[in-house]
Amino acid sequence: MLLRHTTDEVLERTSLTINPAKTCQPVGAMYAALGLHNCLPHSHGSQGCCSYHRSALTKHYKEPVMAATSSFTEGASVFGGQANLLQAITTIFTLYNPDVIAVHTTCLSETIGDDLVQIIAKAVAEGKVPEGKHVIHASTPSYQGSHVTGFSNMAKALVTYFADPEAAKSKQITLMPGWVEPSDMRELKNLAARLGVEVTLYPDTSDVLDTPHTGKHEFYPKGGATVEQIKASGGSLAAIGMGPSASQAALEALQSKCGVPGTLLELPIGLQATDRFIDTLRTLAGVEVPQSITDERGRLLDVISDMHQYLHGKRVAIFGDPDQLVSLVEFLNLLDMKPVYIVTGTPTPQFETRIQTALGGNVPEAKIKAGLQADMYLLHQWIKQESVDLLIGNTYGKYIARDEDIPFIRHGFPILDRVGHSYFPSVGYAGAMRLLEKILGAFMDRQDRDAPEERFELTM
Amino acid sequence: MSVDPRVLKEEILQIYPKKLRQKRSDSIVINEHREDGTVPEIKANVRSNPGIITQRGCTYAGCKGVVIGPSRDILSLVHGPIGCSFYAWLTRRNQTRPESPEAQNFINYCLSTDMQEENIVFGGEKKLKEAVREAFHLFHPKAIAIFSTCPVGLIGDDVHAVAREMKAELGINIFGFSCEGYRGVSQSAGHHIANNGLFKHIIGNDETPHPEKFKVNLLGEYNIGGDGFVLEDILSRCGIKQISTFSGNSTYDTMANSHTADLNLVMCHRSINYVAEMMEKRFGIPWMKVNFIGATATAKSLRRIGEYFEDDGLKARIEEVIAEEMAKVEAVQAVVKSRCQGKTAMLFVGGSRAHHYQQLFTEIGMKTVVAGYEFGHRDDYEGRKVLPGLKVDADSKNIEEIDVVPDPERYRPRRTPEQIAKLEAKTEMEFRDYVGMMPEMDSDAMVIDDISHYETERILEAYRPDIFCAGIKEKFGVQKMGIPCKQLHSYDYGGPYAGFAGAINFFNDIDRLVNMKIWRYATPPWQPPTQQPEQVAAD
Repeated sequence: MLLRHTTDEVLERTSLTINPAKTCQPVGAMYAALGLHNCLPHSHGSQGCCSYHRSALTKHYKEPVMAATSSFTEGASVFGGQANLLQAITTIFTLYNPDVIAVHTTCLSETIGDDLVQIIAKAVAEGKVPEGKHVIHASTPSYQGSHVTGFSNMAKALVTYFADPEAAKSKQITLMPGWVEPSDMRELKNLAARLGVEVTLYPDTSDVLDTPHTGKHEFYPKGGATVEQIKASGGSLAAIGMGPSASQAALEALQSKCGVPGTLLELPIGLQATDRFIDTLRTLAGVEVPQSITDERGRLLDVISDMHQYLHGKRVAIFGDPDQLVSLVEFLNLLDMKPVYIVTGTPTPQFETRIQTALGGNVPEAKIKAGLQADMYLLHQWIKQESVDLLIGNTYGKYIARDEDIPFIRHGFPILDRVGHSYFPSVGYAGAMRLLEKILGAFMDRQDRDAPEERFELTM
Repeated sequence: MSVDPRVLKEEILQIYPKKLRQKRSDSIVINEHREDGTVPEIKANVRSNPGIITQRGCTYAGCKGVVIGPSRDILSLVHGPIGCSFYAWLTRRNQTRPESPEAQNFINYCLSTDMQEENIVFGGEKKLKEAVREAFHLFHPKAIAIFSTCPVGLIGDDVHAVAREMKAELGINIFGFSCEGYRGVSQSAGHHIANNGLFKHIIGNDETPHPEKFKVNLLGEYNIGGDGFVLEDILSRCGIKQISTFSGNSTYDTMANSHTADLNLVMCHRSINYVAEMMEKRFGIPWMKVNFIGATATAKSLRRIGEYFEDDGLKARIEEVIAEEMAKVEAVQAVVKSRCQGKTAMLFVGGSRAHHYQQLFTEIGMKTVVAGYEFGHRDDYEGRKVLPGLKVDADSKNIEEIDVVPDPERYRPRRTPEQIAKLEAKTEMEFRDYVGMMPEMDSDAMVIDDISHYETERILEAYRPDIFCAGIKEKFGVQKMGIPCKQLHSYDYGGPYAGFAGAINFFNDIDRLVNMKIWRYATPPWQPPTQQPEQVAAD
C-alpha cells in the first residue's frame, strides 16, 4: 500500500497538515502573471521558491515557464531584499526586455517586511525601469490563504496597476476567469465571440501555456492580455468575475477604481453555472444567444439523460480549489450523483454554505471541510470509513485511488501525469461534456474490468 | 559545425553590465589541458545574480529534497508555510522498496506545520511541538526530521531545541535541520547541512555486526528511477554487501549501522562527500569516488572495489559479472552508436551528473561540447586537488564545519597508510579524490557554471546540439527550438540509467530522442522551409 499508515481512526489534529489539498500563494501569483502579455513574473525571495513554482507549473503544462528570482542569501535576509530586487530589475530589463516585471513576494520577504511599493518607486526614480516599461507587485505571503489567494492577489494587482478610470467607455465586457486552464480561458473567449460580445479576458494564459511547436522558442508567447487591454478595461460596460476565491478581489477593485459594474458568478463549470454565465453575458451585452450555443447545451442535456443510469447515486469524494469544487459539486448533484466528501485546503469564507447550496439538500450526509487540517489525509480517512465510487482531484489523488481501488479522474492543480487539461476545457457546455465523458469512462472502464464474464456488456 | 568558443564567450558576455560581465566571465571557461596537469580555474559556488534566471534551487531543496527525503522511515516534517513541503512531495522520484508490506514507509506522505500569520508573528515553536506529537501518535516512527524553511530562521524558532525536547518527551530520535532556503547560494549548502545532520544524529547509532567479507556503503546514490536497485543487484551478484546507501532506498537502521562498512563508495561527490570525509576521520573507513553511470565506468568502478579488497575470489566474480553484462550492453551499444555517432550533447545539471553522463554519450559516439553544473564547486570541476587553495567565502561560512576526531572506541582504520599508498600506486586507485569534470572533457569544450536562460539560448543557437540535458524548467523551451532535451534529474520519468542495465536504457532513450521524426515537421507544407541545418543534414 502506498499510504499504508493511513487508518480510518480520525484523531483530532490542531497543528499537523498531512498531504495538503493546497499549496502556497506565490505559485498562483506566478500563474496569473503569465496571463499578461510580455510579462516576466518575478519571485522576491529565495531561489527555491521560484524554482519550485516554475517546476510545478512546467510539470502541469509541459510548457516553458519563465520567471526570475531575487536569489536571497543570508545577507538579504538580514538587511532586506531591496538591493537584490533593484539588481534583478536591471538584469531583467537588460537580458529579457519584458514590458512588465510582475513581482510577487514570498514568506521570506514578507517576514522581513520588504516594502515593495517603496522599492519599485526607487527603481523608477533611479531610472532602472525603461520608459514605457512597468514593474508591478502583489503581496503574496505564503503563510496566508493558498495558491488561489496568490492568483487572486496578482489578478487584483493587474487592475490596481493598470486599469484606467479615464479609459474611453466601451461596449466591451471584462471577464476575469479565475484560476482555470488555458483551454478554459480560450473557451470563455470563444463563447463570448459566438455570442457576439466583445470581451477582454485577464489573466489570460491561453497562447502562453499551450503554445504550438514551431521550431522556435518564443520567450514571450503571443498570448496574454496586454497592458493596453487592461488599461482599457477601466472603460468596460461591465465585468464578470468567475469564482469568488480567485476573482472577487480583482472584480471589486475594477468596480471601485473605475466604476465598472461587476457581477460575481461561480465558475462556469457544469450545466447550471454555464447557463448563468451565458445568460449574464447575454443580458449585460444585450445580445441573443445563437442557436449553436443552445444546441450545444441541448447535446449536453441529451448525453446526461441518455447515460443517467451510470451516474445516479454514485458516491464521490472530491478535493481541490474552492471555486472549482462549488461548481463541480453543483454539476455532480445535477447528475444525481452524491458528492459525499468535499475538501479544500484553501481557507474559504462561506465554503460550506456555497457547497450546501450547490447540493440543494440532496446529500445530507456530505462531509465538508476547508482550511487548516482540511487535507487529503483526512479525506482518505473518511474514504476508509465508508468508501466512494469515484475520486476527483489533482494527481496526488492517485495514491488514494490505487490503495482503495477507486475510479479516479484528474481535475485541478497540479495534474502531473496526464495531458489534456491545457487543451480541452472543462468550462462551458463543451467542458461539461468532457467532464461527463471522463466520469462515464471511469465508471464504464471499472464495470468492464470487474464484471463477471457472463455479465460483460457489449452495449453500455 | 565549427564554433569558436572564445568568440562565442565574448559575444555572450557583451550584453552584461560591467560588474556582472566580469563575474560571468570567470564562470564561463574554455577548457584546456595544461602541461602541468591543471585545467583553467572556474568560478563556482558563488551567488547567482538576481534576475538572471538561474536553474538553481534553495538550501532546503538540497537538504530535505535531495539528501534526507529519499530515506523511507525517517518521518520528514517541514516547519514552515505549506508550499515548501508540498513542492518536495514525491517530486524527485526516489524509489524505495520496503522489506515487507508492514514495514514503515513514509515516502508518500507530505507533512507540514502549515505556518499561518499568527505563527510568524508570535513564533511557531508551540505549533511545531504539537505537530511533532501528532505525527508521533499517527505514524509511530523511529525518527523524525524537522526541516526549517525561510521564515523559521528569521523569526528565531529554535528547531533544535524543540527537537531535543520532543526527543526526551517521546523517546525516539528527533533532530532538526537549519536548512532555510536562503542559507547558501544553491542546493549545495543544504547537502552539507544534511550531511552534518546524518553524521551527528544517525550514523553510528547501531552496532549490529555483519558477517559478510566485503562491506560497502554507496554514498550519493538516491535511487532515482531505480538506479540504486540496479547497483544493489550488481554488487550483490559480485558478492559485495551493501550496508547502506545514502540515501536512496535506505532506512534509518541501515544508515545508523553504516559505520560497520569497510569502504565508502561516493557516487555524487557534491552532495555527500562530507559524510565520506567525516566517516573516515571518526571510524577509519576509506572512501573512493566511483562512477556507475556508463558501462565502462561501471566496470572500472567494480574492478577498483575488487582491488581494494584484494581478494581473488571477489575479483573473479566481478569479472564474471562484467563479462556477462558487457555482452548485453555491447549488443545494444553497437546498434545505437551506428545512429548516434558524431552527434553532439550539452549537459547542465547537478553537481555530478553533468560529468558522469558524458561517459554514456561517449560510449555511443557522441561528443559533449558544452557542460556545467547547477550547484557544483570548483573541486567538482577541476578536481579535489584545488581544495587546499579554496577560499571560504561569506556564503559558505554560514554552514557548520564539524570538527571530527577519531572515535575513542570505534576508530578502526580499515587500511594502514602504507596499504593505501600501495594501492594508490596502482592505476586509478586514488582514495579521497575526485578528478573532476574538466580534466575529462576535451580541450576547447565550453564549461559554464550556473548557466542562465539567456546563456542557454545563446549556446543553443551557436552550436545547435543534437541533444541538451538539463531539468524540467529548461526542457520545454529547448524542445520548442526543435532540440530534444533529456531531463537528468527525473530521467523524463524513465530510467534506471545506472550500471549496465541502465546504460542500455539510456542508449535506447537517446537513440529515440535524437532520431525521432517529429522534430522535422515543424514547418507545414504550405510554408517555406526554415533554416535548420542539423535537421536538413539528418534527412
